[in-house]
Amino acid sequence: MSASARIIALHLGLLVLLFALQFILPAYHHGNLARIMVLATYAVGYNILFGYTGLLSLGHALFFAAGMYGMGLTIQHMGFTPAPALIVGILAGALVSGALALLALRTVGVSFMIVTLMFAQAGYLTVLYFGEYTRGDEGFVIQQAQRILWGIDLSDATNRYFAAWALFSVSFIVSLWLVRSPFGRTLVAIRENEERVRMLGYDTYRHKLAAMVISGTISAAAGAFYGLLFGYAGASFASVQYSIFPLLWVLLGGAGTVLGPFVGTLFMFYLIDLSSGVTSAYLLIAGLALVLLTLFAPQGLVGEIRRRIWKDLP
Amino acid sequence: MEFGPHLLLATLEGAVTAAVLALTAVGLSLVFGVMRVVNIAHGEFYMLGAVIAWYVAHMMGGHPALGFFAALVLAPLLVGAIAVLADITILKRLDYDPERTIVATIGLLYIIQQLTLMTYGPEARPVEAPFNTRIALPWFEWGEDGFQFYYPWGLSTTSYKLAVIGAAAAVLLGVWAMMARTKIGLLMRATQADRDMALAFGIPVERVYALVFGIGAALAALGAVLIVPIQQAHYLMGADPLLLAFIVVIIGGLGSLPGTVLAALFIGLSDGIISVFFSPTLAKILATLLVGLVLVWRPQGLFGTRTA
Repeated sequence: MSASARIIALHLGLLVLLFALQFILPAYHHGNLARIMVLATYAVGYNILFGYTGLLSLGHALFFAAGMYGMGLTIQHMGFTPAPALIVGILAGALVSGALALLALRTVGVSFMIVTLMFAQAGYLTVLYFGEYTRGDEGFVIQQAQRILWGIDLSDATNRYFAAWALFSVSFIVSLWLVRSPFGRTLVAIRENEERVRMLGYDTYRHKLAAMVISGTISAAAGAFYGLLFGYAGASFASVQYSIFPLLWVLLGGAGTVLGPFVGTLFMFYLIDLSSGVTSAYLLIAGLALVLLTLFAPQGLVGEIRRRIWKDLP
Repeated sequence: MEFGPHLLLATLEGAVTAAVLALTAVGLSLVFGVMRVVNIAHGEFYMLGAVIAWYVAHMMGGHPALGFFAALVLAPLLVGAIAVLADITILKRLDYDPERTIVATIGLLYIIQQLTLMTYGPEARPVEAPFNTRIALPWFEWGEDGFQFYYPWGLSTTSYKLAVIGAAAAVLLGVWAMMARTKIGLLMRATQADRDMALAFGIPVERVYALVFGIGAALAALGAVLIVPIQQAHYLMGADPLLLAFIVVIIGGLGSLPGTVLAALFIGLSDGIISVFFSPTLAKILATLLVGLVLVWRPQGLFGTRTA
């Protein structure tokens, strides 16, 4: 098998495994894995900007929430059916990420992080401010009758798992294809040395802009599906915490690897799931993980595998 | 109350906010200026100051003033020590890389916050003020009978609030004197100007960094001790001061102390006044947007001059 075929076999193998798992998993883990796949899609979106382009955003909750509320509000207040509502959510994410990119890409480094943080915070506060429609922190439930997509009831566990799997597969394959394409390789080059890429004649600004919109759109798709599949939209999904989570997942799994976001999300989800049985202060685990990762394993789990064993893992 | 007295009241409340905010923000600004580290955990040092103040005041007993003044000394020292420890064990090992330190201080934020939740609990607890005399304030106006001088109902402040403003001003003066007039201040400024050159001249840069990180955290803790008789100590209380301190430091020019104090006055007063007359959420939305836009178009801050 050639190197390229082995890589494709490995990644498609994960998708096949995830598809097969639904027939053997017990109900509790079955539900968890559906949730993990949607959240991993969010991490896949985040990874395109952070892992491959090298731009650390602290405001991705804005895109996640744009998708979630773009979908949820149109169903709740305008009587949309799920299919157009999902499209509205994803478009909202594309628009918001494009607008923020136009502003934030004028800055670099620490300023970029703070600008994205501030605009996401403004977005969160806006959700609270329009509490009349969004119900603020309390959030609103999307009724079962409103969650039927093309005759498929998405509140049913099997259908939900399949929808989550389909969403994750699409984002995963797009991400794998993207980073192996010339466009993706230019993004990696920008991460490594933007000055040199510019000197080689590439328009780095347009590449970064496109990366941020793709990343924001995938994040919004994850937000829209999360709201639809689990029937709830609330302001906590727009808070700073939900900007930190994808960073944590990607760092843990391995920034700049296609498999990393999924591995990181899976690992952290079960870590928090297990520890919340012991203490209510489960975010302590998130904090410890962040500090220990930055100190001892900045490459993450898959990153370590790539460094030691499989050098050309994308 | 009429508009005039109401405005005066809002200004006074705003001045208290501004005084505490100035302390917190100068701490953040000092750390950013000298170390080039954006400390996301700064709000948690503030929270720790308030929580430790509660513990100290709770254990001291006797006259409330006794516990309060003990807290005023102990809380900043303890928090400063914790910060120095965090600097040595975490930040130093990251070689003060700007992006990695942000991620690490986010982790630190959760660790401090959640450990406080596990030990101190989710309740909000008050600390009694050492003195708290109510002072009615006069208001005057040109009425039909000419110049009038009276005490409107509800227009008052307390001796403690005035003392907070005074204490904050004194501490800020002290920080300025330390930076401008002492040897350790000189070492800090040298490190800020050029780290490598300072190292070449034999300045123990790493010890200066640890000290600066400690002083920055201690200033936040001091501000929290001052505010805790007015607000209560709670494990989530660090979020708002962090956001406001960020706003102040960015508007005031990153790393510039006079700019930071000016901006703290401006933000504290306008926050007090806007919150009284408009929705606090709207005030916060406008403030966060302002910070974002200032960073995009005037990265050196509104009052700052451009530095490298």
